[in-house]
Amino acid sequence: MKEEKENENILEEVTSSEYKYGFVTDIETETAPMGLTEDTVKFISKKKNEPEWLLEYRLKAYRYWLTIEEPDWALLNHPPINYQDIIYYAAPKQKEVKESLDEVDPELLDTFNKLGISLDEQKMLTGVAVDAVIDSVSVKTTFQDTLAKHGIIFCSFSEAVQNHPELVKKYLGTVVPHTDNFFAALNSAVFSDGSFCYIPKGVRCPIELSTYFRINAANTGQFERTLLVADEGSYVSYLEGCTAPQRDENQLHAAIVEIITFDDAEVKYSTVQNWYPGDKNGVGGIYNFVTKRGLCKGKNSKISWTQVETGSAITWKYPSCTLLGDNSIGEFYSVAVTNNMQQADTGTKMIHIGKNTKSTIISKGISAGKSNNSYRGLVRVSKKADNARNFSQCDSLLLGDKCGAHTFPYIKNNNRSSVVEHEATTSKISEDQLFYCQQRGIDTEKSIGLIVNGYAKEVLNKLPMEFAVEAQKLLAITLEGSVG
Amino acid sequence: MLLNIKDLHVSIHGKEILKGFNLSVNYGEVHAIMGPNGTGKSTLAAAITGREGYEITSGEIIYKGKNIIDLAPDVRANEGIFLSFQYPVEIPGVSITNFMRTALNAKREFMGEAPIPAGEFLKRMEEKKKLVDIQSKLTNRSVNEGFSGGEKKKNEIFQMAMLEPTFAVLDETDSGLDIDALKVVANGVNALRSEDNAFVVITHYQRLLDYIVPDFVHVMYDGRIVKSGGKGLALELEEKGYDWIKDYDVNR
Ligand SMILES: Nc1ncnc2c1ncn2[C@@H]1O[C@H](COP(=O)(O)OP(=O)(O)OP(=O)(O)O)[C@@H](O)[C@H]1O
Ligand SMILES: [Mg+2]
Repeated sequence: MKEEKENENILEEVTSSEYKYGFVTDIETETAPMGLTEDTVKFISKKKNEPEWLLEYRLKAYRYWLTIEEPDWALLNHPPINYQDIIYYAAPKQKEVKESLDEVDPELLDTFNKLGISLDEQKMLTGVAVDAVIDSVSVKTTFQDTLAKHGIIFCSFSEAVQNHPELVKKYLGTVVPHTDNFFAALNSAVFSDGSFCYIPKGVRCPIELSTYFRINAANTGQFERTLLVADEGSYVSYLEGCTAPQRDENQLHAAIVEIITFDDAEVKYSTVQNWYPGDKNGVGGIYNFVTKRGLCKGKNSKISWTQVETGSAITWKYPSCTLLGDNSIGEFYSVAVTNNMQQADTGTKMIHIGKNTKSTIISKGISAGKSNNSYRGLVRVSKKADNARNFSQCDSLLLGDKCGAHTFPYIKNNNRSSVVEHEATTSKISEDQLFYCQQRGIDTEKSIGLIVNGYAKEVLNKLPMEFAVEAQKLLAITLEGSVG
Repeated sequence: MLLNIKDLHVSIHGKEILKGFNLSVNYGEVHAIMGPNGTGKSTLAAAITGREGYEITSGEIIYKGKNIIDLAPDVRANEGIFLSFQYPVEIPGVSITNFMRTALNAKREFMGEAPIPAGEFLKRMEEKKKLVDIQSKLTNRSVNEGFSGGEKKKNEIFQMAMLEPTFAVLDETDSGLDIDALKVVANGVNALRSEDNAFVVITHYQRLLDYIVPDFVHVMYDGRIVKSGGKGLALELEEKGYDWIKDYDVNR
């Protein structure tokens, strides 16, 4: 017995110390050695020429991360993630430039066509050299000019660290502290890049902000960090992601999004997540562990999350609102689709602290194939949150009988004058509905698309117009072949 | 001949419902099918439209010269077969407008045509809404969701008018209609009647046949047609009920 134990220790020592010897501190290299140690964190920080306080922040997060375990409460199954088997920093790679669309995976092009993505956009997304038709750099520059006129800051996170360190220092980690959870700690230690956005007092951002328009948007990597601050009386609608299928060599993604709204400010945050879900057996798909949270700090402020989740092998994501300011409002509108072997455990947290705070949760889960789709939501009303109101509606739609839908609502109401309402339904696409559509000449797959989009309409209606149209097509495509 | 059903046997879950059903319909004709509850009228409609679970154990359905029993329901629909459902189904979140545009474009795609231009589509909607006297209030709502019984049936006829089928089965479209709605539905059907199409009207009440005058009336009993005649047969049925038909069947 004792000998066995000793052997194990030796084995562990040998395997885990591999990196100690192999570590290269030469900052000229573009890629950090595999694995995660304090040196990795220092390497990343140095590569990005970060101020001392940010390195300290990362190290604090790293040391905390070492003390905690990966959460296992979600209804998700995946082989253990080896955190020492990951490269935590790689300089943005030049995408290989292709001569024409002929060199691109035809299956991908097929999907683009179904989504109605223009040829030029297709070229951009697949790294085909774009000719003079649209000069994307000049489009982006005009865009930046418009923002600058309004005093809006919208840049990559790294740029913000260099150019607006006081703002980053003031707000970083104030909504999602590094101690929040395992993946938040990890992200805080090793985040690569992301977006920073500041809307000054009284400014209504005249355009929908999308990372697409950010100069230097290339390859933000697997540990993305977004910080969005809306000062008093400001408004912004922010779009994240795109409907085009996203492929990435990195399997693990752990992003953080932090939003802060001051008095009378409003942020609309819309996401379409379509990461590679893996093949029919789930092999090769992305694991997406995201921490998103908004703080309604000021009175009468509002944050609404709208998400359409169709991708990833695993989705672990709970965009939340802390309603601190009196009369503040939090909203969560979600459509999560899972097909084949996909697994999603997603929902929201609405924390009512201020008086007269209101929250609305509309969640539409759609499961097909052998997938599993869970809604997990917490509504907490603190003692002081007089007259708080919450309404939650969580619907699940099943296609076929091999998939699963689950709802885990947690309600903690500590205030007598507050009202929390929860409704949940589970339904199947009925054979009657399907036949009715088919009898009108609509084929099975289009019929499913139609019924599912109808089911998710309440949420899709919350998306900005062009996004909504693409999202509708995306839902239909995701479910292709799910009934047959 | 547009439709020729020959010795059709249909089972549901292994139980035989249609037991040697025969019917031929020519272009320009309207046939009425009557018969007691549970004799297989809706089963016939399901077999013609290709509903899953209705197993054709023998016989043929020849439509426009082709046996269609192996065609998918949407293909049959795009070939011009329409069913006005006895129990129309609700599709939450899908407006009638969107539903009709999707259906029309599916048919056009099937015919190798381009999608219908928005202007043309809206014009057609307005025209057909007038025909069955339904309001935009209704067409902007989700398909059948929260519709009254009468509204659902009007909506079926509206869809029929939009899609202009070659062959339509109306399964108890008159049930649950007040007299005004009945006239509206009948007018809708009569307006569509032409030498290029045909209708089978399933009903329990001869009253409908005052408005949609059939060329033939068939009485169905226990999975087959037991008596056929002209419009007079419907009157006779109304008077005498079905008992004498049952006898007729036994004595045959
Ligand atoms: N899906 C089904 N599963 C089991 N039995 C069925 C099904 N559909 C029809 N049947 C049975 O088949 C028989 C014929 O039904 P059908 O609906 O065709 O009658 P019908 O003539 O249309 O009657 P009604 O006048 O009441 O509408 C009935 O006994 C019915 O119970
Ligand atoms: Mg019937």
